Amino acid sequence: MTMDFIQYGLGRWLHIMAGVMWIGLLYYFNFVQVDAMKAAAADTPPTGAGITKHVAPRALFFFRWAAVVTVLMGAMMLGDKIDDALFFKERAYIPIGVGAWLGLIMFFNVWVLIWPNQKKILGIVSATDDEKAKARRVAFLASRTNTMLSMPMLFFMVASGGLFRRAIFGG
Amino acid sequence: MKNPLDTLWGTVISGLVLTVVLYFLARSMMGA
Repeated sequence: MTMDFIQYGLGRWLHIMAGVMWIGLLYYFNFVQVDAMKAAAADTPPTGAGITKHVAPRALFFFRWAAVVTVLMGAMMLGDKIDDALFFKERAYIPIGVGAWLGLIMFFNVWVLIWPNQKKILGIVSATDDEKAKARRVAFLASRTNTMLSMPMLFFMVASGGLFRRAIFGG
Repeated sequence: MKNPLDTLWGTVISGLVLTVVLYFLARSMMGA
């Protein structure tokens, strides 16, 4: 009972809270900050310095660590069924398996493509102007890819349990 | 051809298309 409460009760609660923070900040970057920074850069003089200095680093901190908590809690909930999900071994675990793979690809993008390149863009690590321009493009495309992947990922997450799965994928 | 991910609308439409494709793929994997 206690283990079930931790694995499924606390696990699902924390998974969803962290997931909301992760994807919420992803949507903030893509739907708000990218265009706001473009507009700020076009101002005379440019007005985006405050966002770069004070907003983006904080947003990225919660963004990348929320991704870690989301993935860890997801893995904890799957428990010993994780291979059934990730390798599509059991019919009922196929929807959550697809969702989990999409989430893992997004997690990879956060830690391998977005964060290391954002460190160059924000000046946390030194980079030449050419390296910064390249980093900006890679981080942007990885972030947009995650926005695109978030749509099927959320579909499969909400379509993976009990009556929802039966309604969407049949008995 | 322009990368659809360069625009928000392109990103959202790509996400919707991918959702539909993966839905039918999952359905066929489940034998539905």
